[in-house]
Amino acid sequence: MSTFLQQLVNGVTWGSVYALIALGYTMVYGILRLINFAHGDIYMLGAFMGLYASRWFHAAENPSPVKALLVLLTSMLLSALIGMLIERLAYKPVRKSPRLSALITAIGVSLLLENGGVLVFGADPKFFPQLIPQKTIALLPGVTVSNQQLIVLVVSIVLMFALRMFVLHTRTGKAMQAVSHNHMAASLMGISVDRIITITFMIGSALAAAAGVLVALQSPKIEPYMGIMPGLKAFVAAVLGGIGNIPGAVVGGLVMGIAEVMVTGYLSPTYRDAIAFVLLIVILLVRPAGIFGKAVTEKV
Amino acid sequence: MKLRQWLAPVAALALVVVALAGCGGKGGSGGGANEIVVGVYGSMTGNDATFGQSTKGGVEVALADLVEQAGGKIGGLPVRLVVEDDQGKAEEAATAAQKLINQDQVVALLGEVASSRSLAAAPICQAAGVPMISPSSTNPKVTQVGDRIFRMCFLDDFQGQTMARFAAQNLGLKRVAILKDVKSDYSVGLAQYFTDSFTGLGGKIVVEQAYTAGDQDFSAQLTAIKSKSPDAIFIPGYYTEVGLIARTARQQGITVPLLGGDGWESEKLIEIGQDAINGAYYSNHWALDMPDTNLQAFLTKYHSKYNSDPDAIGGLAYDAARVLFASMQKMATEEPAVFAGLGSAKAGTPERKAALDRLRDLIAATQNYAGVTGSITLDANRNASKPAVVIEIKGGKKVYNTTIHP
Repeated sequence: MSTFLQQLVNGVTWGSVYALIALGYTMVYGILRLINFAHGDIYMLGAFMGLYASRWFHAAENPSPVKALLVLLTSMLLSALIGMLIERLAYKPVRKSPRLSALITAIGVSLLLENGGVLVFGADPKFFPQLIPQKTIALLPGVTVSNQQLIVLVVSIVLMFALRMFVLHTRTGKAMQAVSHNHMAASLMGISVDRIITITFMIGSALAAAAGVLVALQSPKIEPYMGIMPGLKAFVAAVLGGIGNIPGAVVGGLVMGIAEVMVTGYLSPTYRDAIAFVLLIVILLVRPAGIFGKAVTEKV
Repeated sequence: MKLRQWLAPVAALALVVVALAGCGGKGGSGGGANEIVVGVYGSMTGNDATFGQSTKGGVEVALADLVEQAGGKIGGLPVRLVVEDDQGKAEEAATAAQKLINQDQVVALLGEVASSRSLAAAPICQAAGVPMISPSSTNPKVTQVGDRIFRMCFLDDFQGQTMARFAAQNLGLKRVAILKDVKSDYSVGLAQYFTDSFTGLGGKIVVEQAYTAGDQDFSAQLTAIKSKSPDAIFIPGYYTEVGLIARTARQQGITVPLLGGDGWESEKLIEIGQDAINGAYYSNHWALDMPDTNLQAFLTKYHSKYNSDPDAIGGLAYDAARVLFASMQKMATEEPAVFAGLGSAKAGTPERKAALDRLRDLIAATQNYAGVTGSITLDANRNASKPAVVIEIKGGKKVYNTTIHP
């Protein structure tokens, strides 16, 4: 029993990372109907920005929670700016083109970031400094959680709630909802659609960067290709929860994380990557709109 | 619009010209000078980049020796290295071997470290008749590919036995868990040999779990291992994952010793694992604090060139290059006519083929070569039989613990 609970703890912490990445996918999809394949690479960039920020703040020499927070925020800010640049330079020019062009552009941006990353950061793995010394906390007899796992969980939950409050209760958030319903109508109501899209990309990128730093905190190996698999899986998580739906992304991420850990722990780790795509196929067959998604009839 | 229509054919033409220019170089001798080209391939980048970088470093020190002793020439021909990066991928290792053989017309290949990648390149070398010396691939299958494939290190059956004996006899352990990389020939093989020996010595493997190189999260496997409360965990993987596994293990409150093989040999192991890796043991080809004169001389040389300590991978690469150079030097003095076939001017000719056959025989005849990783004698299966060293990680340092003889 304690083993099962421990696996559940493992699954929830790992799943909260997927949830953070999935949020960015779902937001961009909700507003632009674009699957931003470069999103996983923003997660990678976030981890690298965190690495440079922690060097800049000398956070590794005498670690403190304040410095760790500074590193996290700097990484989120820089990644938000990169997200904005990508949107302006790559996606905006093709916004009026068929949706397929935008999708292919996204794949192109993803490849550019990965291989650009190899060029700039080098292809060998880098080691993320220990920003917060590891401690083990016993929850129940036989069930432990590390302080780093707790931090991942807490920061994820805080960010998800902050996002929810932002979308539901601020003017910009409401404008986002409006744009996600209809670009034309929203712009007729005086909403600057371009500005909202840029903000969406910035928030999505900042969340992905946070996920990157959080993962690097407990699993300190970062390399330019690290975003590919988590990116794909977070995309599956977003579809699972109902793409375009924010609470859905969170639930989808958690389901993915728990499913992966359980499959690894009780079946075989070789099925770890397979389970994500099995879930994708099952959800597409059974409930194509996702767990929380509403089936929308295509407007003609 | 006009400009674009005009641009496409021009661009296409430019591509063709570049491609043709590329072809022109093929088969030729590059600069035109007659020289001996030796190929080195390895993971200069990627998940286990220190393996390739150390290999390159070791070979370069061997070449520096040759420059010092003989002006960098063998039999009057200058020796040139061509280094190819396989990014730590088996398919790229095969491509690198193809390129080195067909395009650079190398007379021999030095590499790889990881057995899966050596196994990808070996059949290509065997088919082309070009000798390949793997400095540090320990999986038995590597040299079984054919009579052109050699290695400078011990094999995994012995390495598995070493750690099993060490665990059972030196540490007195009874119940061990295994965590292996399912996609690595090295890891799967070593896990099997360890299991065979350890159960033979009366021990028990309580649980076997697996991961895949590149994984970031190992918590599920370690929780499953923890529930069986083993005395130790044997992790026959490469250093990057091992470091992360060690951290997760400590995070889950697993305090038993971790055991491993020579795939742990990298400075990065301690950088990633930090405190979590202390108290672990692994089998290796050497320990830097061994009082061997050859070894200590090499350390000084390496240090003056790179300002860092070499790892065993670098030492084995140095030995591999030196054995190759020694065989070529022997050929140059004893059979200069055959030796001429190794020159780049003879690429693709029957003389080259005869010279490669002779080079193979000379490497195979290596006996009692005083290497920095111990005395090297190649047996009938082209393997070097050497003792293994067990290293303990103590306070972030690699410390010699014991030597285990075959």
